[in-house]
Amino acid sequence: MSEKHAEHHIVSPTTYAAILGALLVFTVLTYYVAFIDLGIASNFVAMGIAVTKGTLVVLFFMHIFYSTRLLWVVVVGSFSWLALMLILTLGDYVTRHWDVQQRIFF
Amino acid sequence: MPVHSDHASGHHPALAHHFQDLDQQKDTTWLAMWVFLATEIMFFGGLFLAYVIYRSSYPDAFAIASNALDVKMGLGNTFVLIISSFTMAMSVYSAQTGKKTNLIVFLILTLILGGTFLGVKYFEYKDKFEHGLVPGRHFDFASHHDPKTGAALDHSGASSSSHGASSHHSEAGDKKPLREIQIFFSLYFAMTGLHAFHMIIGAGLLIWLIFLSAKNTFSKEYNSPVELVGLYWHFVDIVWIFLFPLLYLIGRHHH
Repeated sequence: MSEKHAEHHIVSPTTYAAILGALLVFTVLTYYVAFIDLGIASNFVAMGIAVTKGTLVVLFFMHIFYSTRLLWVVVVGSFSWLALMLILTLGDYVTRHWDVQQRIFF
Repeated sequence: MPVHSDHASGHHPALAHHFQDLDQQKDTTWLAMWVFLATEIMFFGGLFLAYVIYRSSYPDAFAIASNALDVKMGLGNTFVLIISSFTMAMSVYSAQTGKKTNLIVFLILTLILGGTFLGVKYFEYKDKFEHGLVPGRHFDFASHHDPKTGAALDHSGASSSSHGASSHHSEAGDKKPLREIQIFFSLYFAMTGLHAFHMIIGAGLLIWLIFLSAKNTFSKEYNSPVELVGLYWHFVDIVWIFLFPLLYLIGRHHH
């Protein structure tokens, strides 16, 4: 292991405060949008906001934006396994009664 | 301060002998922590998978049940937890820049916010027990009436998934899918319970860090425990970021 190790970047309080602000705004947004009937899009909006918030936390609060490529691989791999499990299982369940099932969620 | 006697060449006292330098040691601890968090993702992932399957099967029942949760408390707790993630991040910054007093202050703030979250959770659980919303023998959703959401409970399109309704009918023609509503509350308690359990462990870790900080254990060069507890705390925050919309908000647009 003779390569240079990544310099350990110290994230500034300004960055942390900006991320905090974004997270609070997204929280208010997801709350109010939940009271609007968007049909099936409600799920995608709610999960889109949650994924955005989670990504901000991982990248900045958890420093992954500044981390080594090895950590990137571990992080992306971890969430990919979760996505794989959810997508494949749900793909099975929602197609079992494809002919009679009118809608998934709302 | 403990000094490793086998370090003849004056290494930093916090550098374990099997690492080349503090940078490599830090890289290693971060990697290990993320591998642990990967197992945590799968741990919670199983519950999220159960949620997704049951909700896709019983969308109406889940919307009705979701409206029985206290959305104000859920929203308030979301703010509390996000702010606690910020104070945790500031703890890490304080440790990395060697500001001991700030470190202790931010750790204590994080602990207080975490405690606030758990306190609100306690009152939410207490309310659910008192209103018969805990799955099992004493489950009594039919008599549950929230003045704000009561109307939604009765007109939420329960008719399309009335299969499996148990014998609890508050009035004739009232067909709430009670069995499926119990499944929602089972998942609610399992998911928020596991999350709260993680919060309790996190609070314990914070107390440990506060003691270590007071004993001058951390410095600019060595602060891995603060960083790693920070990673854990942020992960638990992320879980809640998903739990809040999935549990509290899914039926709010029904009137």
